[in-house]
Amino acid sequence: MKRIEQTFTDNRTKDETTLVAYITSGYPLLGETVGLISAAVEAGADVIELGVPFSDPLGDGPVIQATGQAALDTGTTAAATLDVVAEARAAGVEAPIVLMGYCNPFLRYGLTQLYDDARSAGVDGFVVPDLPVSEGAEWLAHAEANELGQTFFTAPGSSAERIAASAAASRGFLYVLAANGVTGVRKDLDPGLDAYLERVRAAGDTPMAVGFGISRPEHVASLHGKTDGVIVGSALLQAIGAARDAAGRRQAVTGLISSLKAATR
Amino acid sequence: MNGRFGEYGGQFVAETLVGPLQELEEEYQKALLDPEFTAELDKLLKMFVGRPTPITELHRLGATENGVKLWLKREDLTHTGAHKINNSIGQALLARRLGKKQIIAETGAGQHGVAVAAACAYLGLEATVYMGRVDAERQAPNVQRMELLGARVELVDLGTATLKDAINAAIREWIARPDTTHYLLGSVVGPHPFPTIVRNFQSVIGREARAQFLEENDRLPDAVVACVGGGSNAAGMFSAFLDDPVRLVGVQAAGEGKGGQCGHAAPLLYGDPGVLQGTRTYLLQDDDGQIQLTHSIAPGLDYAGVGPEHSHYKDTGKVEYISASDNEALDAFVALSSQEGILPALESAHAVAGALKVARQCAPGSTVLVNLSGRGDKDLTSAMAALKQREENAR
Repeated sequence: MKRIEQTFTDNRTKDETTLVAYITSGYPLLGETVGLISAAVEAGADVIELGVPFSDPLGDGPVIQATGQAALDTGTTAAATLDVVAEARAAGVEAPIVLMGYCNPFLRYGLTQLYDDARSAGVDGFVVPDLPVSEGAEWLAHAEANELGQTFFTAPGSSAERIAASAAASRGFLYVLAANGVTGVRKDLDPGLDAYLERVRAAGDTPMAVGFGISRPEHVASLHGKTDGVIVGSALLQAIGAARDAAGRRQAVTGLISSLKAATR
Repeated sequence: MNGRFGEYGGQFVAETLVGPLQELEEEYQKALLDPEFTAELDKLLKMFVGRPTPITELHRLGATENGVKLWLKREDLTHTGAHKINNSIGQALLARRLGKKQIIAETGAGQHGVAVAAACAYLGLEATVYMGRVDAERQAPNVQRMELLGARVELVDLGTATLKDAINAAIREWIARPDTTHYLLGSVVGPHPFPTIVRNFQSVIGREARAQFLEENDRLPDAVVACVGGGSNAAGMFSAFLDDPVRLVGVQAAGEGKGGQCGHAAPLLYGDPGVLQGTRTYLLQDDDGQIQLTHSIAPGLDYAGVGPEHSHYKDTGKVEYISASDNEALDAFVALSSQEGILPALESAHAVAGALKVARQCAPGSTVLVNLSGRGDKDLTSAMAALKQREENAR
């Protein structure tokens, strides 16, 4: 978790928005994931959010659903994803890596074993979209015991009490859902977003990262100063999916992340 | 309401839905204390749904098993032909109190979809029903009924294109529009407060059946049997007998009848606890926690999970869970039709098949009350095709 905190602190000092890049583990092939992580970090991604695929990803739109299914079809598991993180560390990736995944595969792995193995592999934290604070006590205890991050969420409709509860419980950073709905590229950001971000900001000092619908440099630029971080997922996976071969996929990551990174300053 | 059934249940949902679920729970509790709400619900159950439904004594089926007497609770005689309408009309009233005019729902067999469409048409609400493409094909008459009743039917191609995938699609739609939309979930599954609300709206089945059985027999039945997919008809039926010395039996779909993790829809017999669609419950899942493909001839039972209250009753032993295969259900479908003049839904045929197994274990002269959750008109095409296939295979 220290790496996450340090990253957000450093970027705050530099007045830069922290750029979080979401990649689905094992998409399109498990053997390419370390290369795509490296490409993203080299192009300027500050934090990697690595998705563990699940058969029923209720918070995800068509793009991430399809990447998850493709990853499952080639045998990607939580255990294989931990190996990916260990390989990325061995390859010299130093950026924080958080695992994003739904409850069931993690529960099946066993939380005690999971958090222990995650720490050993070099994971910095967990993002679990179907785990609200009210269900999170056991997960948080494991995160604390292993000094790992645990990210909770706020939604546009969250009450002040719930925003405060999610901010207070989150370790590392708080995930601010920019819109209702599931993940996916959206043309414009919600007009009410600024006021909502101010409400979240007022809830505490936990670093906040805005996700859902962030796909273009102008989105990132327009959020400068209003949030500590931004999260880009579907747009990145679309770019990866559109490329023809492994080299093309790394280039696609480099291209999009570089342009988004330029908008963080 | 705490949303827990022992170690099962809960509210494993995106933060976006926590507020709307809280709002639903609060409005439900207010409605329960509002005499106008309960009076309107009672009136609609009587004058729109057609309650009370009768119980019917069978004279041939079961008699050969130790002279056991079978009785049916006739939910097939409700308006729209299944117990689903009890919950649909209740939740539609709740949605109206919440000021939500857009109703979304999932459906497997189509019975819940038809019930939602009818309730919404009657109460002036707009209904959109999500249905897996596979289910829509095997329950075509219900798709036509929903559309005629004014609902929009959205076909779902994801996953196995059955009930679980229809629920996923409905939940994703609800996450997108939580402020204006009510998700009218049709079974005792999903996040709190749905398992409790749906069970309570279905408890009318058990209340009526218990009183009717006592009236006719001056005693309680020895066993009460219901089929369990998500488990709403069973939860409603069992709710009246939980404190009685009555054997409660839930019948899950054994599909091909081979057990293991696939080829059936019986998580209470072969599954393990996990979290799916907002609740902790028994699931059919692989070693990595991915949800497994299911199979049942009855679309309404074809689901990898089950209501969390049933998971609790399995662990405590309060309810016994057995299974009936596609073949056993088909036999019961034919037997009840030809011997008693009652055409059951394929889902309910599982309950009848299970009841015959229970009857074989009963002392002579025992009585078994079966919840006949729905009628079988919707199943004619697929059941006749399956029967023909079976005949050809036997040659």
